[in-house]
Amino acid sequence: MSLDNFIILSLILCGIGIYGVLTRRNLIGILLSVEIILNGANINFAAFAHFRAADPVAGAIFPIFVMAVSACEMAVALAIIISMYRRKRRLDVYRLEELNG
Amino acid sequence: MADFIFTHSYLILLFPLLSFALITFFMLHWQNRTVGKLAIVLSGLSLFYGLLTVVTYLISGLGTPDRSVLCFDLAWLNFSPELTANMGIYLDPISVMMVFVITVISLLVNIYSVGYMKGDSGFNRFFALLALFSFSMLGLVVSSNILQMFVFWELVGVSSYALIGFWYEKPSAVAASKKAFIVTRFADAFFLIGILTVSFVTGSFDFATLNNPETAAALNKTLIFGGLSVNLLTLTSLLIFAGGWGKSAMFPLHIWLPDAMEGPTPVSSIIHSATMVVAGVYLTARMFPLFSASATAMGVIQFIGAFTALFAAVIAITQYDIKRILAFSTLSQLGYMLFSLGVAKVAADGHHGADINPLGYSASMYHVFTHAFFKCMLFLGAGSVIHAVHSNNIMDMGGLKKLMPRTYWSLLVACLAIGGLFPLSGFWSKDAILLAALQSGHKTTFLVGLVTGGLTAFYMFRLFFLTFHGEPRSELHDVHEDPWMTLPIVILTVPTVTAGLLEHFFIHYVTVPGFNEPSHFGHPGWLPWAATGAAVSGIGLAWLLYGQGKTDAASSLKKVAGPLHTLVYNKFYIDEVYLFVTHKIIFGGIAAPIKWFDRQIVDGSMNLTGWLLQKGGKGVRLLQNGQLHFYLGVTVIGLIVILFLGK
Amino acid sequence: MNGPLLLTLIWVIPFVIALITLPLHNDDHLRIKQVSLWGNLVNLIFVISLTFKFIGDTAAAPLAVTDSLSRFQYTYKVVWFQILNIEYNIGVDAISVLMMLLTGIVIFCGVLASWNVKNQAKEFFVLLNVLVAGVYGVFVSIDLFTFFLFYEIAVLPMYLLIGLWGTGKKEYAAMKLTLMLVAGSAFILAGILALYFESGLNTFDLDQLSRVRFSDSFQYWVFPIIFFGFGVLGAIFPFHTWSPDGHASAPTAVSMLHAGVLMKLGGYGCLRVAMYLLPEGAQMWMTFFLVLVTINVFYGALGALRQTDLKYITAYSSVSHCGLVLFGFTAMTFTGLKGGVLQMISHGLMTALFFCLIGMIYGRTHTRTVSEMGGLMKVMPFLSVAFVVVGFAGLGLPSLSGFIAEANVFVGSFANPATINRVCTVLAVLSIVVTAVYVLRTVNGLVGGPVSDRFKELSDASLMEKVPVTILLFCLFGMGIMPGWIIDLVNSAVHPIYNNLMR
Repeated sequence: MSLDNFIILSLILCGIGIYGVLTRRNLIGILLSVEIILNGANINFAAFAHFRAADPVAGAIFPIFVMAVSACEMAVALAIIISMYRRKRRLDVYRLEELNG
Repeated sequence: MADFIFTHSYLILLFPLLSFALITFFMLHWQNRTVGKLAIVLSGLSLFYGLLTVVTYLISGLGTPDRSVLCFDLAWLNFSPELTANMGIYLDPISVMMVFVITVISLLVNIYSVGYMKGDSGFNRFFALLALFSFSMLGLVVSSNILQMFVFWELVGVSSYALIGFWYEKPSAVAASKKAFIVTRFADAFFLIGILTVSFVTGSFDFATLNNPETAAALNKTLIFGGLSVNLLTLTSLLIFAGGWGKSAMFPLHIWLPDAMEGPTPVSSIIHSATMVVAGVYLTARMFPLFSASATAMGVIQFIGAFTALFAAVIAITQYDIKRILAFSTLSQLGYMLFSLGVAKVAADGHHGADINPLGYSASMYHVFTHAFFKCMLFLGAGSVIHAVHSNNIMDMGGLKKLMPRTYWSLLVACLAIGGLFPLSGFWSKDAILLAALQSGHKTTFLVGLVTGGLTAFYMFRLFFLTFHGEPRSELHDVHEDPWMTLPIVILTVPTVTAGLLEHFFIHYVTVPGFNEPSHFGHPGWLPWAATGAAVSGIGLAWLLYGQGKTDAASSLKKVAGPLHTLVYNKFYIDEVYLFVTHKIIFGGIAAPIKWFDRQIVDGSMNLTGWLLQKGGKGVRLLQNGQLHFYLGVTVIGLIVILFLGK
Repeated sequence: MNGPLLLTLIWVIPFVIALITLPLHNDDHLRIKQVSLWGNLVNLIFVISLTFKFIGDTAAAPLAVTDSLSRFQYTYKVVWFQILNIEYNIGVDAISVLMMLLTGIVIFCGVLASWNVKNQAKEFFVLLNVLVAGVYGVFVSIDLFTFFLFYEIAVLPMYLLIGLWGTGKKEYAAMKLTLMLVAGSAFILAGILALYFESGLNTFDLDQLSRVRFSDSFQYWVFPIIFFGFGVLGAIFPFHTWSPDGHASAPTAVSMLHAGVLMKLGGYGCLRVAMYLLPEGAQMWMTFFLVLVTINVFYGALGALRQTDLKYITAYSSVSHCGLVLFGFTAMTFTGLKGGVLQMISHGLMTALFFCLIGMIYGRTHTRTVSEMGGLMKVMPFLSVAFVVVGFAGLGLPSLSGFIAEANVFVGSFANPATINRVCTVLAVLSIVVTAVYVLRTVNGLVGGPVSDRFKELSDASLMEKVPVTILLFCLFGMGIMPGWIIDLVNSAVHPIYNNLMR
């Protein structure tokens, strides 16, 4: 197992995530895709820390940070999504365009 | 003593000003009688001090080398450290003469107006404006510098405007006042340019400096203006003269004067015949030393004067409105005064070796003097008639001789005077003018003057016979003579009859500055006979045609003349030409396109800028469509572009 | 009172009036108006005492004719923003004192003329006073940054004042006016910043900047930017089109203040900033601007000829008359500069009175179309006579202020021997004929002729209305008959500017 494999894995995850974000109509699906992108990035962090860093602990802290922050983010985002669902009864992003110019 | 009187000569102006201010600010709603009395008293005081000044001047001022007294001269408007305009009082023969004329006539017209304006709702306003006019006119004639003259010149114009439009509810009066002001203002714009030019060249506004031969020499240079070479002296002289051109209503700027007769008759009498309209002549006389340095300028003045004299006399023959006839006669007489000044420059082929014939100048001023009295009288008389008949049309009159005897006899004297019959004042002044023209070698002008003299006698007596002789041609009610109105007319017969005695005085003392002795030109003995002959034949013709108040012969003559008569009766359609120029060309052809241009092009381009910005904003707005996918996609694409292009 | 304190008070008082007005109850119209009236009266008294003090001090220590630097009096300086060295730096010379006097008179009359504002009176008077504070601020500022700041304070309330209390196409007019003026401001700001950085002195101080000789190429680029920037407010052709729409839609007091005072800020800025700081640039560009403002003068007059709405006529005449202000400046002669300054004062008084009267007449007849009126002399003699007088002031009748100013402008511009100046002067002089035509058309149409039935019952001016009209008439006549003291004052301020221009 070399670094390359991990980078390719994270790239694939990132690509899947971006694809998901761009194509999903459902807000929750988009949220999940965002998680996938973040996890792709986490794998990158961990892999680099493991193979390259002098002190792997420093690299391992980042994924933990990201996970913690994304958990908060999820909480906030889900709250918004739920309240939006209550108001609009739909979560189709193509129809949610109140912020257009 | 003399110094004391001169120092306080501002009082001549102050009394009318006081009268104006008192009436305007405090007495506008007072009883008419009180206001009338106040106006007469203050006008009388002005006359009193005017006479005092005149007498003092005759005693102590006339003897000074240049025959002038500068009573005072205070700085008024400072333009730059080198150029300051003053306000002062300058007495010399012509200004003293005008002060006398104005104060006398002003008092008489004030008295007359008490009768004429009786019962008019604007009685008090009328006297206030009349006082304002007297003040401005007096200020004009005593000006010590040309800018002061311009200031009062405009004030005279505005009081004339206010008095022509005195009956402001009459649309024709309002239109006439507007016309008078705009036409004179048009001329004044050139006057102002002329003032700018001389003041720039000389660094001064004072008449003393402007009339200095050095000024003429400094101005005497040729300018090339886009291939057109102009003599600056001629140009400047004509620009300044343009002011007088408008004010004295010379052709083709004469159109305002006949219309100005919409004003109350006392106004026509003082402003539009005796005083204000001679301001143009006065200006020309005042600037004579400068103007006379340019032969072209003098030629123009002479030509325009002579032409207007004849032109107006011809029109006067065909008119029916009594005041308009008098207005055209005023134009004609003003033409006399101007060409008389013009002929003071000896013709190039004149064989006397002299350049200036001071007689032309003296004769002109003399005619200003005599004309003021008899023309004022004619207007006052006409006013009495109108007041009695309630019509301006001489065809509605006739047979007034028995009903208005005092007016009849006074007007007879005035008509004889303006016709130029011995021994009345008009004879002497016209004779002097014709003599000057003959002496200076301007034969055409002389002939025009002679013919116009005959025409003048004819149309004046046409008016006279149609008004007073024969039987009344309309129903007349309650015709009477108001003593307030008759008194001034009767008083005016005195100067009309006796002013002839002053000829010697004028010829010797009222001369071109620097010509203290009259030069000795020949005096052909046949001239007075020729002039009298022309006048008598004019009167005779009038008697033949209209003598018994009949109009049959005249109307058959009118049929013969046909289109010619129509042309003359419509004043050669000059007014129509003006209407065309102003409405069609200036309003329709210039102002309207400019209005369109401003709204559509200039403002349009501003609006276009705004519109473009708005459209641009709309274009940018499309990017902000609220679609998360779109934003993210753009972000990703942007990221990729940066990653790959960044290398 | 101590000079700098007086200056500060004068611009602070209108702010204070605005602050006092804010907590008042919205329906308490009388008190709101009284606060503005008495406040501005006090301020007017302050301004008048400043004027007298200034005259006394100038007489005590007259300026030499050869001085080439403006000497501001009553200066006071304290650093405001250390980093950019922006200072609260105040002081006045004769021009600013006279302009402040004009402002004081016009706003006092303006408050009286807006006595019948009923709709949201509180906000109206608050904005009006803020605007006035800005105007005073501009005139006392020596520091260019505060100058600009006050300038913006003066310009921006106009948007709300026209947009909310105006008539006709008010939103459009307010938007147009504000956008055009703000576009001008952008140029001004750019120009001021250019001066700041180019000088290298790290200062906005007008006095210090005037000692710098900027390079010719710099002046060549910056001068037109600043001149046009201020010129927009001075209604320079072709950026004058905000004026007719803006003035026609604005409420009476706003028109008075805007045409009377605010438009003068344009001329003032052109003289004080553009020409004073960049004299070589002025020399290079003068012919161009001379031609532009000659168009202004003539074109404004011709534009007024075909208008039928009283306010449009007055607005176009303002374009023409404000053109004369700049025309005097572009003559580049001592008398011309002075004439421009005098024309600012004269036009300020005149046009304020014009709009004041139009407001009063409109309040009665409910029409501003000249052809629908007539015979008003019969029903409202006071207003009619005042209208005739101010009309004559507009066409430059001697004995009224217009003549004094125009005579100086014309004499001044004729004194410049260049042929183009001569030609333009002749054209400008001829424009007074056109002015006479449109003034008399308007005046005669309004006051002359038979009175129509619908106007028969109208009343003449009330006492409250007579006061502002009388004050303004008095000023017009005062300046026209006794111009001496104003001219002496203006002379003292124009000498240094002129000498600097000719350096």
